[in-house]
Amino acid sequence: MSKKMKPVYLYTRYERSWHWLQMALIFILLITGLEVHGVFTLFGFKRAVAIHNFTGISWLIAFAFFIFWLFTTGEWKQYIPTTKKLFAVMLYYGYGIFKGQPHPVPKRKEAKHNPLQRLTYLGLAALLLPLQMISGLLYWTYNSWPADWPFFNALTLGMVAFVHMALAFAILGFIIVHVYMTTTGHTLFAHIKSMITGWEEIEEDEPIEAWEYKKHA
Amino acid sequence: MNHRLIKFAACIIAGGILVSGAAGLAEDADSIAPGRKMAQQAMHIPEHWTTADHSAFEILNQPFENGNDITAACLSCHTQADAQFRETIHWTWLSPYDESGETGKAGYSVNNFCISANKMEDKDCSSCHTGWNGKHESINCLLCHSKKDIKWRDEFKDYQYFKETGETEIAGEIQQTIREGVTSIGLPGRRHCGKCHFYGGGGEAVKHGDLDASLISPKKTLDVHMGSDGQAFECTRCHTTTGHRIAGRVYSTPASIDRKSLVEHDLVPKIMCESCHTASPHEIGDKMNDHTDRVACQSCHIPTFAREHPTKMWWDWSKAGKLKDGKPYQELGEFDRPVYKSIKGEFRWEKDVIPEYYWYNGSITTLKANDTIDPSVTVPVSWPVGSRDDANSRIFPFKVHRGKQPYDKVNKNLIAALLSPTVDGYWKTFDWDDAIRRGMDIMGLPYSGELGFVDSKYVFPSTHMVAPKDDAVSCRECHRRENGRMANLSGFYMPGRDYFKLLDMGGWAIVLAAFLGVLVHGLSRIFLNGGKRK
Repeated sequence: MSKKMKPVYLYTRYERSWHWLQMALIFILLITGLEVHGVFTLFGFKRAVAIHNFTGISWLIAFAFFIFWLFTTGEWKQYIPTTKKLFAVMLYYGYGIFKGQPHPVPKRKEAKHNPLQRLTYLGLAALLLPLQMISGLLYWTYNSWPADWPFFNALTLGMVAFVHMALAFAILGFIIVHVYMTTTGHTLFAHIKSMITGWEEIEEDEPIEAWEYKKHA
Repeated sequence: MNHRLIKFAACIIAGGILVSGAAGLAEDADSIAPGRKMAQQAMHIPEHWTTADHSAFEILNQPFENGNDITAACLSCHTQADAQFRETIHWTWLSPYDESGETGKAGYSVNNFCISANKMEDKDCSSCHTGWNGKHESINCLLCHSKKDIKWRDEFKDYQYFKETGETEIAGEIQQTIREGVTSIGLPGRRHCGKCHFYGGGGEAVKHGDLDASLISPKKTLDVHMGSDGQAFECTRCHTTTGHRIAGRVYSTPASIDRKSLVEHDLVPKIMCESCHTASPHEIGDKMNDHTDRVACQSCHIPTFAREHPTKMWWDWSKAGKLKDGKPYQELGEFDRPVYKSIKGEFRWEKDVIPEYYWYNGSITTLKANDTIDPSVTVPVSWPVGSRDDANSRIFPFKVHRGKQPYDKVNKNLIAALLSPTVDGYWKTFDWDDAIRRGMDIMGLPYSGELGFVDSKYVFPSTHMVAPKDDAVSCRECHRRENGRMANLSGFYMPGRDYFKLLDMGGWAIVLAAFLGVLVHGLSRIFLNGGKRK
């Protein structure tokens, strides 16, 4: 039954660098953010704040490049959400994977993300991360909030901190699952390896279905 | 090709930003913060100079029979000085800002140390007054302007004595001392101000935690401005003076309302830190500059008060009056300071004290002997005015002196008893009833005869003894979960101190659930099929 594996160039150099840069930034932000929050002591409050602010702004700038890349390359289409086969994917991770069944939506160059990934990454890139950046930016600019804007009159630092902290927990939760999911490839480190080299080994002759990839004129 | 170029450029830019920013994070030890630089520039002045040598004036080179004659000689040239000085609180002992004339030591104001000067009739309290004999005679200019450290009243008493007994040689020597004092004239220095302000409350460092005799010749570490090994500021360097009006807080009237710096107005009083250091004294981009709108400089830059000499923190008048063999006594405790005195009661002293922090707009409410109090709570004899909602209020450090002091249980007001031995006060008679009746009589206030002792508190803004920048309070001393310096202040979210309990619990629960979830999932994969596929 075993099919022949074929290497495919899935992730471009920019995509890979962006992924690992973002990983590093989020790691630093989590560590320093939790220190500022009073969870532990590592850098000291002042330094932790300085690193956190600087890293946050760096992330914001780098993220803008990512958005630019998404739209200029058309890669944004990889994030179009779908419910098709979503249930099948969920069923696979909840049941089939233990039985050694094949993944219902294997990776393809034109469809790097399965329906579950599409939903998750869209939620992250379009909602969670931007919200985290906005709340972080509000936190950072607290002293310069315009006094005469009704929005800022109603806003308190406590509210901003609440959102920022809630999203931080969500991101931390995502990372745990995300890192674990990298082990679910055909070998334990296959996915991590492909995010480093760009090449992923996929089974031959699995056709891409039309719903996964529509060529836009 | 173009795409690749863009991607490459993006990587380079992002990397560049990271590297340059990381370099910026490293602290540059040699750099001087803008606020310090500003203050240093403002300070470059030549040595003090004067156009008059007072020893050359004929009118000063003559024998003086009494103090008033000296003052007359001074005023023969300084024609405006008398009128100027008599307007000031140093003479009136009344706040010039309270039109009722009730605020001040010559009025009804009280504290929780020696409580009251009984309108200056409690004679020994008046030793700090700037006149030759209270307000009854002339101003004693020499108290603040003679460079010689002379006990003027005693010298003249001795002079009169030896003159009357015919010992002209000794009398002549005293005249020589007086002449030296009269002809060495200058601006007031620390010793002059300190003679009263370092010893307020009946002893060194009793009242103020940030003003004591250690400031006569302090190290830079004690006071970065006054340090003899540093800038060696005199008091008047900040307490700038016009027409004998010395800048500083007067009871409820703030030292300064305008938060203007020299840069905005070169003739502002230099009484505030910001006067010289501006409102953004730290490095550009430093978060500390964002604190200056709501946190006073003193809050971080005076980490503790009473760093050199211990200061009195507790005074319980209710314990006064115990005698040993019918005689008053005292007990020394830690720091070799009295912890009990028959005449005054029980004390506690502390050194290197962390201040208490309150919102403060520069004004302090003070109680008077004719104010009604609520004895069921700790009576705020003096207390900072301000709140989080007041845009002019900032968080400020205070010494809070607590204790128990006498009050009238029926009339519900604080009591001003006569204390001085010279007027047969409590310190001589140990008779509360008599001391209170006569004391309140002078004040023109009733006394019911029902004596009680009430808990009270009294604040001093901690503003002197500014430490070198490296000794400033660290962020974490306030931005911490437990036991932070500002744990008592509420109504705002302070990062590191405040958190939402439910959110944190829920957040960690989700993190834990994710962790357990993948753990179970992973173990299941291993045990169910070894991770292999068909």
